[in-house]
Amino acid sequence: MKDSPGLHLKTYLFILFMVLFAPLGNVLLSKGMKGVGSAKNWALADVAHIFIRVLSSGYIWLGIICLLTFFAAYMLVLTWADYSYVQPASAFSYAVVALLGYFLLGETVPPLRWAGIAVICVGVLVVGRTPPRTTEKA
Amino acid sequence: MRELFFLFVVVVVGTGGELCVTRAMKVVGEVHDFRPGALLRFVFRAMRVGWMWIGIGMMTLAFFSLLAMLSIENVSFVVPVTALSYAAGAVGALFFLRERISKQRWLGVLIVCVGVTLVWLSKR
Repeated sequence: MKDSPGLHLKTYLFILFMVLFAPLGNVLLSKGMKGVGSAKNWALADVAHIFIRVLSSGYIWLGIICLLTFFAAYMLVLTWADYSYVQPASAFSYAVVALLGYFLLGETVPPLRWAGIAVICVGVLVVGRTPPRTTEKA
Repeated sequence: MRELFFLFVVVVVGTGGELCVTRAMKVVGEVHDFRPGALLRFVFRAMRVGWMWIGIGMMTLAFFSLLAMLSIENVSFVVPVTALSYAAGAVGALFFLRERISKQRWLGVLIVCVGVTLVWLSKR
């Protein structure tokens, strides 16, 4: 299978959707879960109460919509590109999620965490220079 | 300790689910027609593949574990540490999907794992 410029462009476009919607979804989920709180003793009644609060949180549902958008892009790109290419290439979302956590949620992000996220991005660049498909078309 | 348990579920069960979904999508085939009707028919075709439902079940379990982690820790910590799934994903893709993974991809996955370790250490 030849790696045409069209295949690369299509792959990059769908990965861009993934990189935008997954972090936004996770940030919304985080905002929602901070409002819901965590179970204290993980008893069934406690977990059921948390579950109901999760389902009634607007932030959680908005987060789920963003993650479903991400998932749709992910499913489509997997029909032509390798899983082992797509998964690491989507790791740019780790930098975006930290930025959103810092700016939107006011989280404290220590320098070591930024360094770790930067290293993750380097890993992504290394993976991104490999061809999208290594297996034959079904 | 709770974080470690939830992280294990997110990484192992979540990656297993993604591998199952990938196998289902390979069965369905590549998308060439992006019109809404064609996409809808494509989704229905995908939903008839058993691997898709197994994958969705596993990913749902991983999703609730992610929510539990997000209720305990910051999103800027939780999401990067789940990148451990890259190692699990590469191994799974090699054995489960029979993908060929080049040395360069392995190197990239290794670097990602080093980054995850640094993020984990930033918690202390």
